Amino acid sequence: MKTFTLHKGLVVGIDRPNIDTDMIIPKQFLKSIKRSGFGQNLFDELRYMDEGKPGVDCKSRILRDDFPLNYPRYTSASILLAQENFGCGSSREHAPWALEDYGFRVIIAPSFADIFFTNCLKNGLLPIVLSKKIVKYIFDQVEITEGYQLSVDLQKQVVITPSSDEFFFDIDEFSKRALLEGLDEIGLTLKESDLICAYEVEHMKNAPWIFGAIK
Amino acid sequence: MTGKTLYDKLWQSHLVSQREDGSALLYIDRHILHEVTSPQAFEGLRLAGRKPWRLDMNLATPDHNISTDSDERAAGVDAIPDETSRIQVKTLDDNCDYFGVREFKMNEMGQGIVHVMGPELGASLPGMTVVCGDSHTATHGAFGCLAHGIGTSEVEHVLATQCLVTKKMKNMLITVDGSLGSGVTPKDVVLAIIGKIGTAGGTGYALEFAGQVFSDMSIEGRMTVCNMAIEAGARVGMVAVDSKTVEYFKDRQFAPTGDTWTKAVSHWNLLQSDKDAIFDATVKLDGADIAPQVTWGTSPEMVLPVDGVIPDPNDEKDPQKRQAIIQALSYMGLKGGTLITDIPIDIVFIGSCTNSRIEDMRAAASIVKGRKIASTIKHALVVPGSQMVKAQAEAEGLDKIFMDSGMDWREPGCSMCLAMNADKLAPSEHCASTSNRNFEGRQGSGGRTHLLSPSMAAAAAIAGHIIDARFYTETAQ
Repeated sequence: MKTFTLHKGLVVGIDRPNIDTDMIIPKQFLKSIKRSGFGQNLFDELRYMDEGKPGVDCKSRILRDDFPLNYPRYTSASILLAQENFGCGSSREHAPWALEDYGFRVIIAPSFADIFFTNCLKNGLLPIVLSKKIVKYIFDQVEITEGYQLSVDLQKQVVITPSSDEFFFDIDEFSKRALLEGLDEIGLTLKESDLICAYEVEHMKNAPWIFGAIK
Repeated sequence: MTGKTLYDKLWQSHLVSQREDGSALLYIDRHILHEVTSPQAFEGLRLAGRKPWRLDMNLATPDHNISTDSDERAAGVDAIPDETSRIQVKTLDDNCDYFGVREFKMNEMGQGIVHVMGPELGASLPGMTVVCGDSHTATHGAFGCLAHGIGTSEVEHVLATQCLVTKKMKNMLITVDGSLGSGVTPKDVVLAIIGKIGTAGGTGYALEFAGQVFSDMSIEGRMTVCNMAIEAGARVGMVAVDSKTVEYFKDRQFAPTGDTWTKAVSHWNLLQSDKDAIFDATVKLDGADIAPQVTWGTSPEMVLPVDGVIPDPNDEKDPQKRQAIIQALSYMGLKGGTLITDIPIDIVFIGSCTNSRIEDMRAAASIVKGRKIASTIKHALVVPGSQMVKAQAEAEGLDKIFMDSGMDWREPGCSMCLAMNADKLAPSEHCASTSNRNFEGRQGSGGRTHLLSPSMAAAAAIAGHIIDARFYTETAQ
């Protein structure tokens, strides 16, 4: 997995609650059997005037002028600022793949949907929960300060503002280590194979109908 | 010692390892795969030179982007017109063949939408942990499973290790006491719950649904409710096991038989929360207060009883909520103050993992029987959830009832719920839909979705606009 330690980058805000995974990456792009190439269709319906189709080069498509990602001042943004319940809806991992492929490394919001949150962590994309008050403060700063950048230090679990204010954020120990070290989670679990095998022996005694039925 | 919830019990009985860092390894009894969220996981296995941990826990089927047109389906996978869809379905077939995963192929008896197929085959059974790369996996909680959606990285992890790295959720009890009024359905119950707790109200929780309304409800009805737990933000929704649950699984294809069945039943009969179990949050509704529900906006929480009036943003004091209403009304092409029953309908979709089981088919057919759909309806599709539902409906003559009314009887699949195949809305079309999400663009770019029950969708097809389905059940044809 891609590692995450420190990141400093330009912030862009989408000031709208309940951004769902259909908005992040519309369903027609889920037909790909690859993990890459979703960035150009990130937020497709909000970003372009026409209906997006898979396999079409997006460079010639007309952009909507009312969507923050299209404003010249946010062109190279790598930190996405969002509102409550970001990533609600489906379990499609194509959503974090699209965000990461576009160039985002961090998403900051007051709350996230559960499955999306987990999917981000599996892809080197750091979702950070900050209070509504702090998120509002950052939205205001982004609005009034062109080129507003934040720094994120995962080891210390802080978001650092240009005025050196530090906002602490929570992350579970396992995900933190996985991101910092770029762990192969499957490899890590397979180190516990003995435990899994032992569990299976007991489970087979207690609930034999679970095993061998599907052939 | 305090009692345990059903979720606590299932968690504990599937815990392989509790790690010091707070994460846990949970054993997975059933892993269901489909064509959209599995290709990258299988590719990951190949690249790392890994194999599935074991095969008898996995079950696959194509459902999301297959055609529901009978001619196209009969032509087989190689004739799927959309190249990207064809490649995805073929990739699932190839991966399952290569790794030896049991797959019900596109036109094979047994195929269906993953969450319709699993229970009807007895592949998912009470007390199991069930995961699938699909957020509506909570459906299987209806019969006492710990079931939830996972991402593709987790699909690969479960394939390789039969375990999921996860953390324990909190417990929420949602009690609906009393009894439902005549003509009020499970879909209305779950929409009313989402309307009450909101689209993020269940985030971080495993929901357990309890109370008289759920005791009275069929297993298929419970599946409809648990299916939409994710629309309230919860990955898990579940109902305790009772005699109806046990009865439902008797003689299913993959269910145990003989002595093993007896042993399984005695095990399943223990799958309830203890009386003194403590929940982190509780919500109560009265069944008698629930009317048929219809969504008017672009989030499932934007829902009202059928006799309701669409909210006027000017009446909303909270600026963020006001903005959300303005945005939703603009997308939906509706005005605040409009009666729900004045919403015109262009397209009707009866199907999806929420409402495509035989009881749903019967409920819709009972409304349209002997009636014709309104001339203003451009297309009314009825898409059974599986080959078995289709066969059963046809044996009961329901297909004829739908076709006689002017509706289109289709082949099983996810269809217009998420419009990955050719079944999609054109911009600005209003759809009365029995599916689960009314997000912008969900059923087609610019399409406008109104979520409701199968009988309400059927009634909208007859009237040409939203109408209380009880108007038809209480008036002679």
